[in-house]
Amino acid sequence: MSVDMSQFYQTFFEESFEGLDIMESGLLGLDIGAADEETINTVFRAAHSIKGGSATFGFSVVAEFTHLMETLLDEMRDGTRMVTEDSVDYLLKSVDCLRELLTAVQDESEHNAEFVNEVKAGLERILHGDTAADTASSGGKAEGETAQEKPEIEGWVIEFKPADYLLKTGNDPVRLFNELSLLGEMETSCCTDNIPLFAEIEPENLYLSWTITLKGNIAKEQVNEVFEWVDDDADIILTCLGEEQAGEEKSSQEPVPLTVVESEANVEPGNSDAQGAEAESIVKNISPKAAAKPAAKKITSKEQSSIRVGIDKVDDLINMVGELVITQSMLGQLGENVNSANIEKLQDGLAQLERNTRELQESVMRIRMLPISFAFQRFPRMVRDLSNQLGKEINLVLLGEQTELDKTVMEKIGDPLVHLVRNSVDHGIESPDEREAKGKSREGTVELNAFHQGGSIVIEIKDDGKGIDKQVIFDKAVEKGIVNANESLTDEQIFDLIFAPGFSTAAVVSDVSGRGVGMDVVKRNIRELGGTIEVKSEKGQGSTIIIRLPLTLAILDGQLIRVGEDTYIIPLISIIESLQVKPEQISSIGGQAELYKLRDEYIPIVRLYDAFGLTPDSTDLKDGLIVIVEGDGGQAGLYVDDLLGQQQVVIKSLETNFRPVEGISGATILGDGTVALILDIAGLITLSRQSRGRAA
Amino acid sequence: MNEAVAQSAEIDLGLEIDGDADQYLTFLMADEEYGVDILRVQEIRGWEHVTPVPNTPKYIKGVINLRGTIVPLVDLRERFGVETIPYGPTTVVIVLKVVGEDSERIMGIVVDAVADVYNIEEENIKPAPDFGSVVSIEYVRGLASIEEKMLIVLEIDKLLSADQLQAMSES
Repeated sequence: MSVDMSQFYQTFFEESFEGLDIMESGLLGLDIGAADEETINTVFRAAHSIKGGSATFGFSVVAEFTHLMETLLDEMRDGTRMVTEDSVDYLLKSVDCLRELLTAVQDESEHNAEFVNEVKAGLERILHGDTAADTASSGGKAEGETAQEKPEIEGWVIEFKPADYLLKTGNDPVRLFNELSLLGEMETSCCTDNIPLFAEIEPENLYLSWTITLKGNIAKEQVNEVFEWVDDDADIILTCLGEEQAGEEKSSQEPVPLTVVESEANVEPGNSDAQGAEAESIVKNISPKAAAKPAAKKITSKEQSSIRVGIDKVDDLINMVGELVITQSMLGQLGENVNSANIEKLQDGLAQLERNTRELQESVMRIRMLPISFAFQRFPRMVRDLSNQLGKEINLVLLGEQTELDKTVMEKIGDPLVHLVRNSVDHGIESPDEREAKGKSREGTVELNAFHQGGSIVIEIKDDGKGIDKQVIFDKAVEKGIVNANESLTDEQIFDLIFAPGFSTAAVVSDVSGRGVGMDVVKRNIRELGGTIEVKSEKGQGSTIIIRLPLTLAILDGQLIRVGEDTYIIPLISIIESLQVKPEQISSIGGQAELYKLRDEYIPIVRLYDAFGLTPDSTDLKDGLIVIVEGDGGQAGLYVDDLLGQQQVVIKSLETNFRPVEGISGATILGDGTVALILDIAGLITLSRQSRGRAA
Repeated sequence: MNEAVAQSAEIDLGLEIDGDADQYLTFLMADEEYGVDILRVQEIRGWEHVTPVPNTPKYIKGVINLRGTIVPLVDLRERFGVETIPYGPTTVVIVLKVVGEDSERIMGIVVDAVADVYNIEEENIKPAPDFGSVVSIEYVRGLASIEEKMLIVLEIDKLLSADQLQAMSES
């Protein structure tokens, strides 16, 4: 019977990554010197699950690494080791390292061996460094050197004396031997002395014990790992081959080996060398499969993703569906016998149906919602590391962590948030001395706050640092040629300059920030999500960055417009206003580009029928309407025949069955079942610019 | 119209399948009969309103809503540059599953009419010579003869591949 383990991989990875998060937050919460036992236990349990899981699935590199962490944590748990700053730092580093390893295994790519070895060496140093803590309980496990660093080991003699109830625990020695045989050349001899008289045999008991000789350069941990699950139910004596005296004995009983060599473990001498070599290559941290296809990384990691949903949300959904079924049957009955008497009932029923549908839609959308703490939880660690690195004292405050947000939005907002928090820590908060000189407390505060406002979610990143100096920004922008020296800008416009590409004010480019590649990317990412970003700052008082995001990417508020016979949808968020054309406000340049003068600004007009090759009602601008829209590439006035209604539309991808189309971001299905296309405003503006360029 | 098509397809599907013969749905276009692997056919629909997609080649008639998914339609006459005829009562949309290198897509082709379903054994599909059909030899898997008629078996994956659509729109 063979079970395809790969079907459980996804769950294992999800659980492991969750475990890593738990470990990280637990470690951050540890007080140096007086560690809370429960916290250490939590961290230990998470590490233990990852180790167990990875060993089960054969991710030996991960298991081996986690084992080291577990040993250290175990000692902390037992109280034989003090929780020191150094060890917590290394444990945190190991969490990163483990994440790297797991990601590498998941993507079937190669992991950063240098980093892993470095952390490993650090852990080992801590484990071996002070022998005082190296008590008997951890003695066996603490020998955590990897195989390749060790002097050549000829092999091991393993005396395996299982308790008679071993089989009842579900462990089968044959399986253990099979596992061992993968490590190297194996010989087994079985001791049958303990078998009682036939009449006394208890059929479910195990009366055998074995002496196994395993040849090859095998690390002790590898052998121990095989016996991990039966450790408590058997006497296991490991002796290094060549050394006559037993290394560490768990039992003093001497078995009497028989001369019968059983081939129980199916070791074929021919391929045992190859197996040994394979085992060794795993130890060297490079699985040959991974090395063969590093390019496949991106594809596989995207392949699957799943979501955990609270049972209450599912129950809600089931209730909702129940109501929907009731309404449907009621309407069905009414439909069989329609007359003027029950028309009112029918209307009631339809109203109920509408309510049910809306509630159902909301509930379904809620399934995709996760609390924003998923995005926030990485910050305590990051701020801690950064403030250590920069020598600053920073207090991070997280508010509104339970605010819910669509999973897709959450995944995409993570990196921009990291960037902004880094900025606040690096540029915003001053050094403790500087703060003191200014009459502020030595400790700076960075506050992350999330809350719902209308149909969107607002995330604020607030610091009480030095704020943004408008003059510095302006001068810098002039120097970079982004604005003219004689231009007068509003505060808002000046702050907006920091999002301009190639703009950075940090005097020294540090590891953290200052390369000026970040903010424009941040802004672009947020715009791609259909959100906005805004900066408020008072010099000397601190800055606040406000991000507004739609709650979900699957539904969009749309304005339906008509050109000729076709209906299109403009995302409401990109519409500034819609107006009727006054002919005197139109000026054209070179007979090609048309500009509309709107309150001192000239906005290029894009005739939608032209851009899309449609037949409009009229080509005269004054017959239709202009919708002023704002996209990534600036503003434009879209000329359309008519505005229809506004409604929420469900976004469908065109790419699933077709390919991306310029100027179109997706499609949706209208109430009558027909398809309407959603305009990509930024794309459309670029498109019309190009066509003007060609025409000119 | 729709029912009629569905019915005829059903009757023909009832045919006994012998040995290693595959079934092919055939359709008419410009007086030639073409066949596609019936297992790729998702459904056959009458022609109805489509939503045109701007900035796409002319043979992309637009997209339709197929139970919640957006499916593009390709007019085969226009795709091969055959003179177009007005859509009539027999004009049908054959919705096909197209298997690409890394994905499966659903697309529809607009053809003059559906014809029949045949069992054709693999060895009876002969490689096609360049016989000057309207369809480029590249997209023909082979020719099969059925009761004195010639049937052109199409390679739909190639014909409707994403690269092809991309290349076409660029040229």
